Amino acid sequence: MSLPPRSDTPSIIDAGPIVLDAPDMEPAKGGAHLDAMNISAWFGSNKVLELVSLSMNPGTVTALIGPSGCGKSTFLRILNRMHEMVPSAKLAGEVRLNGEDIYGPEQRVTETRKRIGMVFQKPNPFPTMSIAENVIAGLKLTGRKERRAERAELVERSLLRAGVWNEVKDRLDEPGGALSGGQQQRLCIARALAVDPDVLLMDEPCSALDPTSTGRIEETISELMSEVTIVIVTHNMQQAARVSQRCAFFLAEAGTPGGIVESGSTEKIFGDPDDLRTKDYVHGRFG
Amino acid sequence: MDVSVSPVDEPRTIHPGTPRVDRVFHGSVRAVALVVLVIFGAIGLFLGAKSISTFHLYGGRFLTESDWEPSLNRIGISSTLLGTMLVALTALIIAFPLALATALYISEYAPARLKPALVSLVDVMAAVPSIIYAAWGFFLLMPHMIGVSHWLHQYLGFIPLFRVDTDPNAAVLAQARYTGSMFIAGIVVSMMVLPIACAVMRGVFAQAPIGEREAAYALGGTRWGMIRTVVLPFGRGGIIGGTMLGLGRALGETVAVAIILSAAFDFKFRVLENGGSTISKLIAERFGDATTVQLAALLTAGFVLFVLTLIVNTIAAIFISRSRSGAATEA
Repeated sequence: MSLPPRSDTPSIIDAGPIVLDAPDMEPAKGGAHLDAMNISAWFGSNKVLELVSLSMNPGTVTALIGPSGCGKSTFLRILNRMHEMVPSAKLAGEVRLNGEDIYGPEQRVTETRKRIGMVFQKPNPFPTMSIAENVIAGLKLTGRKERRAERAELVERSLLRAGVWNEVKDRLDEPGGALSGGQQQRLCIARALAVDPDVLLMDEPCSALDPTSTGRIEETISELMSEVTIVIVTHNMQQAARVSQRCAFFLAEAGTPGGIVESGSTEKIFGDPDDLRTKDYVHGRFG
Repeated sequence: MDVSVSPVDEPRTIHPGTPRVDRVFHGSVRAVALVVLVIFGAIGLFLGAKSISTFHLYGGRFLTESDWEPSLNRIGISSTLLGTMLVALTALIIAFPLALATALYISEYAPARLKPALVSLVDVMAAVPSIIYAAWGFFLLMPHMIGVSHWLHQYLGFIPLFRVDTDPNAAVLAQARYTGSMFIAGIVVSMMVLPIACAVMRGVFAQAPIGEREAAYALGGTRWGMIRTVVLPFGRGGIIGGTMLGLGRALGETVAVAIILSAAFDFKFRVLENGGSTISKLIAERFGDATTVQLAALLTAGFVLFVLTLIVNTIAAIFISRSRSGAATEA
């Protein structure tokens, strides 16, 4: 299907409003301010993102929507420095966590990733570990020592927050891989929460799950919203409409790098978007 | 149409309908695979059959007697079997950490541009003929190892394994006592075990799922933390299996051991001391001038080695296939 004629400006990089208000330097309660500023990204010489700016605020769920290959997953991975794991990956711009550039020379990548957790498309619990061990795997990985009682409490609290405690509390010693896909994904959310991040990034967390499990994860997202800043990539329009308060529509038109066409409140993006392409996409007319 | 016939509610035969090309190919590869199995089985049967007369003649003494002195009709392999295991174990103890570290470096740390070069370098190590390792060990390594052996004897001599029948603090060092030992032979064999073990381990490490690796990094893990939580648990089967395959190689190594190890048939654990024997060395050296009875005895020794290697490799195969990584390769 071909794209409808553009209604307005020829630029596809009509980035949403860049919020440049002085971010408070104290880690905000219930999440942190995450500001992406003029992010461009390349794989080798192939530019996949161009000058993307977006503010993700505490207490809100920000959904990144758009067709496949528009760079939203790349953008998400840039937000916690997973992008640089790909050998040929490069980027420009800044990502500020409560005002501080996470790519600054004095920043430790491990520290950044601890503060900005991630949940992946495919549930990936550590299969040789038990459910409880999976939850506290982050402590082991970052060399944090906890006493036995604290550990048990952390396991329970994290599984509760991820909304999976009741289903697994009687089999904490069983391997994590034995759970259903939806439970595994919530175990992964618990694992990410156990290191107490300020931001939680979710890369299509429900695309491998059935509708019931998807519903449970969406409930979990709504419950976590007040505690941690959430950014979610999703292909599912209804999901974006259900869980998010802010929305950014990514698009990469033939041969050009991806960018944000429009961002704003979810209500506006779905109800009365400024850009015709956004309107067409959210109404399922392409993509 | 007659609709009154009740349907047959039973599993029906399904004809596979395999195309002819597939059937022909299937048949020919199966035939080739069978030939390999038959040859292998024939070797075992041949050695086993030849061993019957030896066991008739010497009975259990063949396994307990340490000396190999056909002129006195004293023939046994206890010292030789022990020597085989000690040389192999020495080789393994040296090769295991080297192989593990090399495999981890190549799969996890080496820059992408360097990787192919390192991989082929290790593969070349496996392709070097053992006579070259033997020459290296004899002319280059041995003179330098005397000091090491002496040092180990001096400070760890209270452990039976490190004892040597000489005074470690003598004014003039009895250098000859430290040459031609199982220890030095083991070091040389370790060089041949290393590439095999390393190749298996590296192959398994490289298969550690990217999803789990990323999960570890996304939690703030360091690279070493990721290796400990993802790569090593995933590769456990490969680590054990690769080592056991290497052990199989070490048990059978002939030329290098024959050249380096001075012949002696004492039942001893003193690896640093001059002298020792292994089954393959024994066969290689005594084969030429053996009488019929001796020949049968040598083949029996070979049979014992064959069975030992078979057991080791079978255990290795079990470990590899039971591990996650091995199961994944088979699927």
